[in-house]
Amino acid sequence: MSTDRNIGVDAVLAKGWLGAHKWLLLRRTSQLGILALFLLGPFAGIWIVKGNLAYSLTLDILPLADPYVLLQSLLAGHIPERLALIGVAIVIGFYVLVGGRSYCSWVCPVNMVTDSAAWLRRRFGIKSGARFSRRTRYWILAMTLILAGTTGTIAWEMLNPVSMLHRGLIFGLGTAWAIILTVFLFDLFVSPDGWCGHLCPVGAFYSLIGKASLLRVNAAQRAACNDCMDCFVVCPEPQVIKPALKGASKGLGPVINSAHCTNCGRCIDVCSKEVFGFGLRFINKADNNAPQGETAALGNRP
Amino acid sequence: MAANTNPQSRRQFLLDMAKTACGVGMFGLGLGLYAKQARALPPMAIRPPGALPEPDFQGACIRCGMCVRDCPYDILELARPEDDLATGTPYFVARKIPCEMCEDIPCIKACPTGALDHKLTDINKAKMGLAALVDQETCLNFLGLRCDVCYRVCPVIDKAITLERTHNVRTTKHTMFLPTVHSEHCTGCGKCERSCVLEVAAIKVFPLHLAQGKLGSHYQMGWEEKEKAGQSLVAPEIEHEYNLPEGFKYEPGRGLSGEAVPPPATSPGAQPGVPQALHGDKL
Repeated sequence: MSTDRNIGVDAVLAKGWLGAHKWLLLRRTSQLGILALFLLGPFAGIWIVKGNLAYSLTLDILPLADPYVLLQSLLAGHIPERLALIGVAIVIGFYVLVGGRSYCSWVCPVNMVTDSAAWLRRRFGIKSGARFSRRTRYWILAMTLILAGTTGTIAWEMLNPVSMLHRGLIFGLGTAWAIILTVFLFDLFVSPDGWCGHLCPVGAFYSLIGKASLLRVNAAQRAACNDCMDCFVVCPEPQVIKPALKGASKGLGPVINSAHCTNCGRCIDVCSKEVFGFGLRFINKADNNAPQGETAALGNRP
Repeated sequence: MAANTNPQSRRQFLLDMAKTACGVGMFGLGLGLYAKQARALPPMAIRPPGALPEPDFQGACIRCGMCVRDCPYDILELARPEDDLATGTPYFVARKIPCEMCEDIPCIKACPTGALDHKLTDINKAKMGLAALVDQETCLNFLGLRCDVCYRVCPVIDKAITLERTHNVRTTKHTMFLPTVHSEHCTGCGKCERSCVLEVAAIKVFPLHLAQGKLGSHYQMGWEEKEKAGQSLVAPEIEHEYNLPEGFKYEPGRGLSGEAVPPPATSPGAQPGVPQALHGDKL
């Protein structure tokens, strides 16, 4: 437990506090900034973005639509109007480039809730927890799609904590706070990374969009790894790190190719040896000396 | 997963999968039943103009709130989890704040999915709901007064709500002006319910499925069929025979005519020689 409290201490010593929290700060800025853009309208009368994460219109010209909710609508038997279709195309295109689950770590408001729970777990050394398959989210994803088809309604939206929190903050929360609190307590006491890493069908859907995404985290400098395990502790999907970080002997490349990686960059922050960085998925030679110059550049830019 | 060749772990794998499938299945069943319950619109919630019929609307609306944003009068709200209609879907409560029926219908234009049907371009053809004068015991006009407020505020006055005149049998010498809603023209905007002067409105707007009756599909209106056919369907039309005193003639629409040959003495007030039932011009 005492070791848990020292996560990232080496990184802070090596890179300074800012250097060891760079991506975390950027990510929070992105999450809060997006939320602020949505809130500026109703609270300050400055209408840059209208709507919510299901569909939004930016500056009255740029439509963005959530492909997951529109797929459910389609299965429920409704074909959307043109603006929604354009919005979906833009969003899918974007996440195919930057990684589907970037949505989870850079946009989704629930991420801050579950990150707090994970942080408290580490802080207080809460080890308890039901462990179940991370594939459960795909079962739930399938279930929501089947429900949309059988009930003819977007049934999942009755419960979806992601849209409920975001919509709630913008349009009025009501008792949605109770659902968010449930997610928080579930992650804190019942199951580590329980919601985002095991159950959430939104994340599961976006992981499928980003299966072949261009932007990936890599362990280009994996030879420098000193086995401190900090990245594994701090990663919300730790199973994705191992093949890239420890796969050299098996001939595996240093790029984290799993669609479950949320591109959050915490591993980059927390590593004192600067093993990780952002790069393109194609630069993935098992020989980790050749590509390091290009791939590590993004992650290590000051 | 690589260990699937080991029978022990294969069994474990299958068990885990069954466990997950059962758990998720039960969860899905619960959610499905919940969704099914929420498919009917509660009586007080009125959807924005052009909304598809429930539950189609709940399959088309992605709960983005664009209609709420573009409503210039801030009438619409998105349902919260504690409200008893599908979470996140837009609605308004007529008694609180009714639809202003903008001519350009900005809420429909804002809808990205067509849950609010873009084919509706004339707000007067909207069918958000249907007003019904549900309580004739408290409606002031039904009590014989001239309140008329619902009639006056109706944006489709004299078409959606008319005042039908009828004899006031209580006072015996006045006319009652009964507000009467015509479904053909009522848009369900809710102005009448909002402005009803009673503590609880006597006229209310309901979702169509609650307010409207439906004739059996095999029902035929004799008078309509007659008009369509240009003649009576019962051919030849049977002439009704009136059993009248001599010299009298009765024609439908014209009433009684003729003169009595011998004027017999009957009770005062009654037309001499005419059966009581034949007073007036209608039977």
